[in-house]
Amino acid sequence: MTQTLLEIRDLHKRYGAVEVLKGVDCTMAQGEVISIIGSSGSGKTTMLRCINMLEEFQGGSIRIDGQEIGYETVGGVRRRKKEKEIARQRAMTGMAFQQFNLFPHMTAARNVMLGLIKVRGMGRDEARSVAEKWLDRVGLLSRMDHYPGQLSGGQQQRVAIARAIAMNPKLMLFDEVTSALDPELVNEVLQVIKGLAEDGMSMLLVTHEMRFAYEVSTRVIFMNQGRIGEEGNPREMFVKPQTKRLAEFLKSSSFN
Amino acid sequence: MDFPAFLDQLWLARIPLLKGLGVSISISFLSIVVGTVLGVFVGLALTYGYRPVQWIVRGYTDFIRGTPVLVLVLASYYVLSTVGIDLGPFQAGILALSIFCSSHVGELVRGALQAIPKGQTEAAKAIGLTFPQTFAYVLGPQALRQALPAWVNTAAEMVKASTLLSIIGVAELLLRTQELISRTFMSLEFYFFAGFLYFVINYSIERFGRYVERKTAVPS
Repeated sequence: MTQTLLEIRDLHKRYGAVEVLKGVDCTMAQGEVISIIGSSGSGKTTMLRCINMLEEFQGGSIRIDGQEIGYETVGGVRRRKKEKEIARQRAMTGMAFQQFNLFPHMTAARNVMLGLIKVRGMGRDEARSVAEKWLDRVGLLSRMDHYPGQLSGGQQQRVAIARAIAMNPKLMLFDEVTSALDPELVNEVLQVIKGLAEDGMSMLLVTHEMRFAYEVSTRVIFMNQGRIGEEGNPREMFVKPQTKRLAEFLKSSSFN
Repeated sequence: MDFPAFLDQLWLARIPLLKGLGVSISISFLSIVVGTVLGVFVGLALTYGYRPVQWIVRGYTDFIRGTPVLVLVLASYYVLSTVGIDLGPFQAGILALSIFCSSHVGELVRGALQAIPKGQTEAAKAIGLTFPQTFAYVLGPQALRQALPAWVNTAAEMVKASTLLSIIGVAELLLRTQELISRTFMSLEFYFFAGFLYFVINYSIERFGRYVERKTAVPS
């Protein structure tokens, strides 16, 4: 029996009057690689961002390793946890973004080292050697003293992944990490993610790369209008979609 | 123009002129330092403060920036004394200029912070940094680079504004120069000379700003 890592119960998220998540339930076991697919506006990125509290959510609960994320209920009143506690909880997950979001005033190595030193409390030398290890892992050891502005998009994204992974998160969140890349740079990033999947890293990927989702995922979630429209193993879902909506989506996303 | 005579008078007046220059530099330096420190807090409040705090600070900056510096100088000298706060002209002048400087620096800091893409804060949060850490290591250093050229401008403005303290009797460079002119009647020469000294101060500030800009530039 594998251990439950992530448990999302009845997740509701509103922007003003617009409800973008209308009750999402999802359980994820340690070591699973789940791809979240769906058309834009279906709530897949929002769901991902709720998991590390980059978005507030109004209803439901998210648990990682049994810990309730972001909110606590005291005496029947639901309230946001203290900022410091939320920061600590965020460090349980790592996130890679569509726009990389590297810190432009720091070298690749220092980008990776910042969290190690300030959040994990490592010394400089230890942090540097961890950064070296992970930058080597993403094939950028020789670029570790370069600034983000001196790197290609694909290289920047690999540094960003190294920065997140180096923190040793329980769960990695990937938010459309290849969407801002030139087509010929996509593969180098996907190879890195594939390598992590093979290492047994637990990952949630929001992606438009259907072929990739098909290849690396242990499970695929299809989001549709703020709900989970369909989920299952990639072979069944991509080949024999159960809902009409998923069939249409797959047809338009040129999976073949 | 009688150049040797001008040099004679200049030599005779060297001590008061140097003193005046020193006072001008002190006024500028103090008001820039105090104004910048205050201004950083103003900028932080404008960007991250709770709504009511934002409104109050917004009112403060709009009011100060909409008021002529001379009025601020006169007010802090004459008006404050009517409510029992008795400041000497030098202190009153520093107060007025610091407040003026803080409202401008506040706007600079706000602009610089808001120009940083939201993704930077999100990335910092995602690795578990708290807000003070995010500000210290991610946002602050980027805002500093962004604000530097405009800050140099503001600093130069403060040097120019220091001349207004002559009105309330602070013996800074302009007042010393005017005293000298009333004695020698060499107005063209000595105004020109004073102008030259102000230029030297401002040019030094500008060079210093360039130097810091170059030192902190991010390679790309």
